[in-house]
Amino acid sequence: MTASVPQTGRLFAALPDQDAPAMARLHERLVDRAQREGILDVAYRTLDTPVGSLLLAGTGQGLVKVAYAVQDHDAVLRQLADSVSPRILHAPARLDEASRQIEEYFAGRRTRFDLPLDWRLSKGFRREVLRHLRDIGYGRTESYAQVAAAAGSPRAVRAVGTACATNPLPVVVPCHRVVRSDGSAGGYAGGADAKHILLTLEGAA
Amino acid sequence: MQPFEQIVTDHGPMVLRVCRAVLGPQDAEDAWSETFVSAMKAYPDLPSDANVEAWLVTIAHRKAIDVARAAARRPAPVEELPERPSRTGRPEDWDGDLWRALKALPARQRQAVAYHYLAGLPYKEIAALYGGSTDAARRAAADGIKTLRTTYPGPTDHPAPTEQRGVAR
Repeated sequence: MTASVPQTGRLFAALPDQDAPAMARLHERLVDRAQREGILDVAYRTLDTPVGSLLLAGTGQGLVKVAYAVQDHDAVLRQLADSVSPRILHAPARLDEASRQIEEYFAGRRTRFDLPLDWRLSKGFRREVLRHLRDIGYGRTESYAQVAAAAGSPRAVRAVGTACATNPLPVVVPCHRVVRSDGSAGGYAGGADAKHILLTLEGAA
Repeated sequence: MQPFEQIVTDHGPMVLRVCRAVLGPQDAEDAWSETFVSAMKAYPDLPSDANVEAWLVTIAHRKAIDVARAAARRPAPVEELPERPSRTGRPEDWDGDLWRALKALPARQRQAVAYHYLAGLPYKEIAALYGGSTDAARRAAADGIKTLRTTYPGPTDHPAPTEQRGVAR
């Protein structure tokens, strides 16, 4: 954009191009106002964890998305803009509770999450599968075939794999507890290392 | 579509400069806030090929007028900026000399200068903002810049130490 702005030498040098403290103050004010006026449709933050930086995004209904760094946080935010709402702001305070619980989980002090979840990014059979995953307790694993049977479609093993791979709420909805029948870990949206770290943390690997 | 956060990051500083140039340090942040709340409300309906900068400047133009009117109604606004330009880098302290020079311009010239030279808006779009001709907008910006060059020598022409600047005035 600056390229199209005509040159005026140093005439406007007293007006800084970037004023970080002012922008921080104004951003905070925008979040407050947006919140009060009910137009902050999606709030997000990132959280540093043993499996890398996690993007957490929430709507008024609850946590709607958890994404690994390998999933490209910017791309994920653009997807949220298209699929939920483009009224998205970086508003960490709205995700305090989710952050606290995830930090407790990684510290080994929490074995289940007690958070309102917004399931809108998962539909139909996939959503059924993901809801069932919450019944697989901390430190336990199930095979894709077992999950398919539990979801009422024993032959839908591949669909279970897809449901896990497209889980919008990894870590919180424990798709990492679904492993191959031969006991090997299988794929994971956050990468094989992340899955291994989670299963090791839970004492299941 | 870009998340609105990206719009704030990409264009927030430009809008702040425009608001500061049009309204001065006191009211600029109010106008910025009103602009972005209003923009965020309307954002989902913004056509994908829209010129985001021009759209934001259009909103800022209207909000700046509202804020200036509200400020005029306020009983006793803080009259003047601190005498000495501060070097603390705090936004409320940005060079009072530049604002004094901008403030002395007719509103149209000040707006045309800000929208063209700080926001990069073409004269045609500036004209559309307040209903004049493209030529009139071009003249307003040119006259504004010409006046500024005489009334505001600019920071580089003032090598004198801060202490002396206060006395000199």
